[in-house]
Amino acid sequence: MARVFLPRSLAPYTGGALEVEVPGETVRALIAGLEAAYPGLAEQLSGRLAVAIDGDIVADPYLEAIGAQSEVHFLPPVGGG
Amino acid sequence: MSKRHVTTTIDGEGREFLCEDWQTLLDVLRDVLMKTGTKEGCGTGDCGACSVLLDGRLVCSCLMLAAEAEGRVIETVEGMAEGDRLHPLQQHFLQEAALQCGICTPGFLVAARALLAQNPDPSEREVRFWLAGNLCRCTGYDKIVRAVLAAAAEMRGAEA
Amino acid sequence: MSEKSTEGRPLKWVGTRPVRPDGVEKVTGRARYGADFARPDMLWGHVLRSPHAHARIRRIDVRRALELDGVKAIVTGDDLPEIASEQAFVGEEPTDYRMLSQNVLARGKVGYVGHAVAAVAATTSAVAEEALRLIEVDYEILPHVLDVLSATADDAPLVHDDLCDRKGVKKNPSNIANEIEMGHGDPEAAFTNADVVVDRSFTTQAVHQGYIEPHACLAEAGPDGQVTIWCSSQGQFMVRGYTAKLLGLDLAQVRVVPAEIGGGFGGKTTVYLEPLAVALSQRSGRPVKMVMSREEVFRATGPASATRIRVKIGATKEGQFLAGEAWLDYEAGAFPGSSVAAGSMTIFAPYAFEHARSHGRDILVNKPKSAAYRAPGAPMAAFAVESVVDDLARQLEIDPIDLRLQNAAREGVQSSFGPRYKRIGFVETLQAAQEHPHYDAPLQPNQGRGVAAGMWFNAGLQSSAAVMVNADGSVSVISGNPDIGGSRASLAMMAAEEFGIEYEKVGVRIGDTASVGYNDVTGGSRVTLATGKMVVEASQEVISQLCERAAKVWDVDVKRVHWADGKAKVLDDEAIEPLGLAEIATGAARTGGPIQAIASGSVRGVGMSFGVHLCDVEVDPETGKVDVIRYTAFQDAGRAIHPSYVEGQIQGGAAQGIGWALNEEYVFDDSGRLENSGFLDYRMPVASDLPMIDAVIIEVPNPDHPYGVRGVGEAPIVPPIPAVVNALRAATGVCFSDLPVSPPRVLEALDAVS
Repeated sequence: MARVFLPRSLAPYTGGALEVEVPGETVRALIAGLEAAYPGLAEQLSGRLAVAIDGDIVADPYLEAIGAQSEVHFLPPVGGG
Repeated sequence: MSKRHVTTTIDGEGREFLCEDWQTLLDVLRDVLMKTGTKEGCGTGDCGACSVLLDGRLVCSCLMLAAEAEGRVIETVEGMAEGDRLHPLQQHFLQEAALQCGICTPGFLVAARALLAQNPDPSEREVRFWLAGNLCRCTGYDKIVRAVLAAAAEMRGAEA
Repeated sequence: MSEKSTEGRPLKWVGTRPVRPDGVEKVTGRARYGADFARPDMLWGHVLRSPHAHARIRRIDVRRALELDGVKAIVTGDDLPEIASEQAFVGEEPTDYRMLSQNVLARGKVGYVGHAVAAVAATTSAVAEEALRLIEVDYEILPHVLDVLSATADDAPLVHDDLCDRKGVKKNPSNIANEIEMGHGDPEAAFTNADVVVDRSFTTQAVHQGYIEPHACLAEAGPDGQVTIWCSSQGQFMVRGYTAKLLGLDLAQVRVVPAEIGGGFGGKTTVYLEPLAVALSQRSGRPVKMVMSREEVFRATGPASATRIRVKIGATKEGQFLAGEAWLDYEAGAFPGSSVAAGSMTIFAPYAFEHARSHGRDILVNKPKSAAYRAPGAPMAAFAVESVVDDLARQLEIDPIDLRLQNAAREGVQSSFGPRYKRIGFVETLQAAQEHPHYDAPLQPNQGRGVAAGMWFNAGLQSSAAVMVNADGSVSVISGNPDIGGSRASLAMMAAEEFGIEYEKVGVRIGDTASVGYNDVTGGSRVTLATGKMVVEASQEVISQLCERAAKVWDVDVKRVHWADGKAKVLDDEAIEPLGLAEIATGAARTGGPIQAIASGSVRGVGMSFGVHLCDVEVDPETGKVDVIRYTAFQDAGRAIHPSYVEGQIQGGAAQGIGWALNEEYVFDDSGRLENSGFLDYRMPVASDLPMIDAVIIEVPNPDHPYGVRGVGEAPIVPPIPAVVNALRAATGVCFSDLPVSPPRVLEALDAVS
């Protein structure tokens, strides 16, 4: 199961848990898993997102594959100028 | 409302145009004569993007009325190359990568040309102070100064 | 390492400095920028702007203006569609379409002096300006707020009373539009274990990107509903997306043709004029050209946020960073969406912290909406953190680079924003700075040296590129990214490298939105990396096709054919004459038709870029003037495709940072009106202000790019502010916590000490 790290701003949706283990082979599946554990959380993870999967920062990551031992961090979308 | 009729020489060609009393030379170059090589960055003489030579003197064309061009000789960046032979300043700007977005480049080329006509062997400091009237936001001026010094050296060498 | 990596392969073009393909047209004045276009029967458009910082619009009366001879169309907020709150997916900064629409043309109320209220199209620019004077607007003036402290006070007037969250549900009324918190561990507890704690607060002022080219566009709406826009922007697809959305058009109806762009630095990753020009063209039936004056650029386009930042770092006496905590308040302007999230992410990013926390707040004030500016959010954050690190180095009596090396982020370290770092080049960049002769060069009286570090993420995002082979053996590359800094050259070099042909044989064009696949904006330090990757992939696909065609011509198994030195060759038979591009392309009709490929993707493998800057300043104690007398900037570029353009990015970013530190600031009066709306009083560096800027390129290749590229466009603006201010500290012994450190402020501080 992947280890998922959530931004602190989402603590209210998870009762304070910011590091959770969730099953899923894609980011989309992970989000579904998170929603199942914490209803309402998926809404906060919709829209423009970036995710770091094992250190690789990826924008628009829904179909990205997640390995069984992956470390996944949800990040605010950062572009540039 | 009648416009003013002006006869002048621009980049080596005799040109005539009609303009309003209040139009600047920059307005006329760009919007009447469609010579858009000279750029507007500020309209108040602070950025130098509109630099042209007026009877050999460096001026901001946004600060000059088009009517004042009557009987005078105007030189813009568009007259610097001879056919497909670039002016040494243009050549060195390319070789030294002295432009990134390129919007300030026409103004710098005209200003540098005026400098070298007056002072063929400027020091780095003289180049920097002469060009202080031209703003560049992309390059930090380093490569521009190098290009001007290199062109000056080549132009001196060509005459030797 | 990516399978088709070039590491170890001898390269012919990459790393050299050829003249850029678009160079001649730029030095001869032939290149066409946004304001250089004209169409028959063209009208000129101008914008009426609010004189008030905050007011309700009771009524707009355009009748007298419409009657003026030569006026052909006028639009106000009521003429544009009502847009629902929705997160925008097209540009880069966090944007809500509803807010974007309101910024382009006010609805119901104005939020800053300069806010667009109406737009007029007329036969001449002069008539359009006169028409503006004839538009009557009845304002109900509201109280305004102009800074973080007053905006967050209990009784502060609200800039918006209808802020919504992402679901469109109204939020509690406040000028704090968003809050973000990130980090790990427990800093508060960890501070109690620190031997040294430095806790300082900083302020910075709003600064403009300072592009020399004002915003400009020409729009033509045809009777068939098709719209063409010629404009300079950082992304023609972004312009298409935003304009279509704001006007309720289909994407397919809008074609945006990219002009050359005279600087953007992030400020042109959004729209101001295009929707207005299109709306005016639709109503008048004629093309409409709109060009901002320099004054409008300052009054109405987005600056980088003014900020208040507090940073606290605790370390052991041996110099190990234990904990860092930061509070960042960024002025968003009249609409939400400052760069505080990125500031919060980058602030501790260069260092390994066991405990780190940053709290960011996006604050509404009655000023122009902030826009991206080169590594948005990071320069202000770096100013704060690197000043504190400098303090720590003094207090602990550790060399400032040694202190950074000891705590440097490196592969495997957990970043302050979450994930563990992959291969990065921060340590190498620090070492290069420490070993450089500048670091130990002697200094004279009133001189001081500062060092500072910074980083930026770089974006991947989406890119498309098409590569075609012509019958003469030349290659055409089409990409969708405006070329702000020489990227055409880099793309041509990578293609030439792949094909093994002369650089001059590769032509690079930037396509309009109907001619090339979707590309995200030029920005985020992404073009050489992401679009470059697509050019490489498309080139490799074309090379496969060329080999297949050659195999058909020779009637051999394609497995025996390989590509080398610009030709298809048969592996084990030298008797067969190799075939070059021209030969294969000339026969293309017989072997399967035109030879071309498109590559597109949401690009991964982005990597980060770290920089370290050394700055020497000299202070005049009688005037407070600070001169930068020597500057060396070290930057990890992964691999420099065209070193001159990499150096150019480093030098340009350094110059902007120096200006931000020493002189640049927006000065507002109490009514919210900008007092310095021109280049005379908004003082950017000129050639006589700066020395040569030595750019040292470090190459720690990005393992996920075929050429090892890391984006470099933005990171160079992150270290200079603290490098300059740390140097000033060294020269004067005085700590400066407020920007800019302009002569009056420096003099006041020096006088206070003596």
